[in-house]
Amino acid sequence: MPPTLRSTPLRLPSWLQVLALSFAVLSAIVWMAGQAAARVFDPETFTLDNGMQVVVVPNHRAPIVTHMVWYKVGAADESAGESGNAHFLEHLLFKGTKTLAPGEFSQIIQLNGGRENAFTSQDYTAYFQTIARDRLEIMMKHEADRMTNLVLTDEVVASERDVVVEERRSRTDNNPSAKLFETMQAALYLNHPYRLPVIGWQHEIEALNTETALAFYRKWYAPNNAILIVAGDVTAEEVRPLAEKYYGVIPARDVPERVRIEEPPQTSARRVIHESPRVRQPLLAVTYLAPSYRRGATEHAYALQVLDEVLSGGSTSRLYKSLVVDKKLAVSVGSRYSASALDLSDFNFYASPQPGVELETLEAALRAEIDAVLKDGITAKELASAKRRKRAESVYARDNLGTAPRIIGISLATGRTIEEIESWPDLIDGVTLEQVLAAARAVFRDESSVTGLLLPKPTS
Amino acid sequence: MKLSNLSASSVLPRMEKALSGLAVGFALVLVAAAPVSAAVEIERVVSPGGIEAWLVQDHRNPIIAMEFSFKGGAALDPADKAGLSTMTAALIDEGAGELDSQGFRGLMDENSIGLSFNAGRDEFSGSLRTLAETKDLAFNLARLALTSPRFDEEAVARIRSQIMVGLEREKESPDAIAGKALRTLFFGDHPYGRSSEGTVETIPAITVEDMRALVRERFSLDRLKIAVIGSVTPEELAVLLDRTFGELPATSDLPIVPDVAVAGTGDVIVVDKNLPQSVVTFGHQGVKRSDPDYYAAYVVNYILGGGGMSSRLYEEVREKRGLAYSVYSYLNPLDHAALLVGGVATQNARVSESLEIIKAEWKRMAEEGPSAQDLADAKTFLTGSFPLRLSGSDRIAGMMLGMQIQGLGIDYLERRNSYIEAITLEQAQRVAAELFKPEALTVVVVGRPDNVTATRAAPDGSS
Repeated sequence: MPPTLRSTPLRLPSWLQVLALSFAVLSAIVWMAGQAAARVFDPETFTLDNGMQVVVVPNHRAPIVTHMVWYKVGAADESAGESGNAHFLEHLLFKGTKTLAPGEFSQIIQLNGGRENAFTSQDYTAYFQTIARDRLEIMMKHEADRMTNLVLTDEVVASERDVVVEERRSRTDNNPSAKLFETMQAALYLNHPYRLPVIGWQHEIEALNTETALAFYRKWYAPNNAILIVAGDVTAEEVRPLAEKYYGVIPARDVPERVRIEEPPQTSARRVIHESPRVRQPLLAVTYLAPSYRRGATEHAYALQVLDEVLSGGSTSRLYKSLVVDKKLAVSVGSRYSASALDLSDFNFYASPQPGVELETLEAALRAEIDAVLKDGITAKELASAKRRKRAESVYARDNLGTAPRIIGISLATGRTIEEIESWPDLIDGVTLEQVLAAARAVFRDESSVTGLLLPKPTS
Repeated sequence: MKLSNLSASSVLPRMEKALSGLAVGFALVLVAAAPVSAAVEIERVVSPGGIEAWLVQDHRNPIIAMEFSFKGGAALDPADKAGLSTMTAALIDEGAGELDSQGFRGLMDENSIGLSFNAGRDEFSGSLRTLAETKDLAFNLARLALTSPRFDEEAVARIRSQIMVGLEREKESPDAIAGKALRTLFFGDHPYGRSSEGTVETIPAITVEDMRALVRERFSLDRLKIAVIGSVTPEELAVLLDRTFGELPATSDLPIVPDVAVAGTGDVIVVDKNLPQSVVTFGHQGVKRSDPDYYAAYVVNYILGGGGMSSRLYEEVREKRGLAYSVYSYLNPLDHAALLVGGVATQNARVSESLEIIKAEWKRMAEEGPSAQDLADAKTFLTGSFPLRLSGSDRIAGMMLGMQIQGLGIDYLERRNSYIEAITLEQAQRVAAELFKPEALTVVVVGRPDNVTATRAAPDGSS
């Protein structure tokens, strides 16, 4: 954040606030990635002749639309030695086409009063604009254009590579907790590409070039590997002819199956320690390899979402009440689980100790909470409360124009269907106490976990 | 969810900071006319008890959002109790009336009610979010928080500790260090020179009686503005307003915060930190929201560094030279001072080059102002993009609250575009020449930059 004179409540340390915020947003997305679409978002979907899926989510609050194109490719699809290539290409998609100069599409968007951005994850890459409803066609025209007509020069590529290295410094190298998490991620996966940071290792970013980017582009960017989502003050009847006109004319191409190398059985608990003179407050993080909707013991995916809610949904949740309020060992604590991944997922805990509390004391207390779940599961009251909160979340999720297209995009780009999305509330509602216990026992296993410690290092 | 979500890095937006630089608050609420006022119909609701709120009814989704604020924020905190407002904001929803913290938060959690308070420099604000079916409970929790917060020992100790840990952590946050140093340089002993969050020295000094006094003295109806959106009728809202705010005193007598000019001296300060990337912030005097030239200043700054991916700074620093991921400038008008602030983050070896370019752009804008084309393009964007602010209840309520705080009038949405359209090239050039002062630009670098010579020492407590 830019330094400003505005203040924010300091209930959490500022970096944790950022986490909490993104947790909140991502949680809504995760929980909702499956919300009964017809009932909640009321989307319509159809597929163009070339295989491109189109989803339209009407929301008539304001005369605006969000136009998104999702590619079913992400950092985990990169070639060995080219970490960061998916994200780098995302940056380069703003650098012009056969008919537009670098930055010209952005300029057109601005001149039409629109805003834009793009983002890259392990499993998907997405581009979007939010703009007045009557400008949708212009967005489609140019988004379709850069699906096939990207033009890059070495000069532009070299300069943007410097930008991405600066982005890595801002996000990761300047930030000790980000360094810890990056290393924990690398330790969690013994073989699978999720071990590599989305932004890439610096030495590999520095080796990316026009050829690596264009090769990735040609391999993965095709209409049959993309999803168009339009949300806002629009109907499917309006979107269909435009989608056919701009995206439908792009020929389908052969796109490889996304086959990632497999993770071997894990047999050893790992421990990662990041020490830095820049750490003022220690941090504990524990992460367990977990199933997603798609991979591993997928039958636990819904129960794990309920368990996550019981453990850390709000300040009367188990972890906050026990470790922060009652035992006074932590100033903050939380858990995180998302079932939306093409391959395996993970279930995370983090805790920040009260001043004067040793990290090992806090770790023992956190592990006692995990052990309590493993022994007795959760209570019927906790289960009912968690389900109620998730239902409310589905109502709140309809409020913001940007929520629905994100949830739908993540879901579809990680191999799910609209029908699966629609069944989410029923499946959450059907989770039983026994299923939560079984899910915890399947996931909270030391041999498939990484424990991370962020520690101050005295300056010598 | 990948672990790297913990560092918010598994989903990487193409640009993050520059856009956040645009979202600096009420003062930037620039609103378009016809389509917007058509999409958002604001009603004035006055309760039987005389409490006013602005309401947008929206019955499509059964939720209600309320934003409200009392004039007077952290700038009213005594110097030796800096952080009082922030700490109070963090505690009044931690137990009130008959409910202790877990009882109060339990009702919120069970019913998915969001209630939070925030202390800004000039405002103490609250935010409520509820399903329509739990509105009576939600508004009652807000009433309890405002009228009978408990400040139980457990909650006070817990929140105090969280704030202290946050302040400790900020001591190694380059952004926080840079912001704090710039604030100290600009405002010195004026209340704006203090940290809103307090310091590790002042937070332990704050007592329960201090917080009780704040609640008693600052939450009065003459300072209160309220904005509501959602599935509630004016009649229902009128009842809720009296119930929620009706017990508050009519008036209050609080100290006046003096106006202060920003001491932009053109100095360069380096706070030495062993970082791979220097974090730089810079600024000088800005323009107040009430200034007749505010809109022109907003537009010329948009062209220089506020326009996200199209600004001159973005073009020169990021697009042409790859110097930084993020570079921006923005106006930050406060009640008693006005700032123009910017930032950039770049590797230590290129700080000097980045600053030269930024200063050159600052100078070029001062000397030449925007071109006719720049101005026309900026107007097109700023008038055309307003409806984008209607994307969610919280944003609409925040906008309505900002309009009330700034005294813009309930029909402002119909007039706002005309203020942008009315700016002439001559005015824009004059305002640019008055606003941008390259020689006054005070620069704080946190890092270990090459070839940057500090012209004065960092303020005490910077490192």
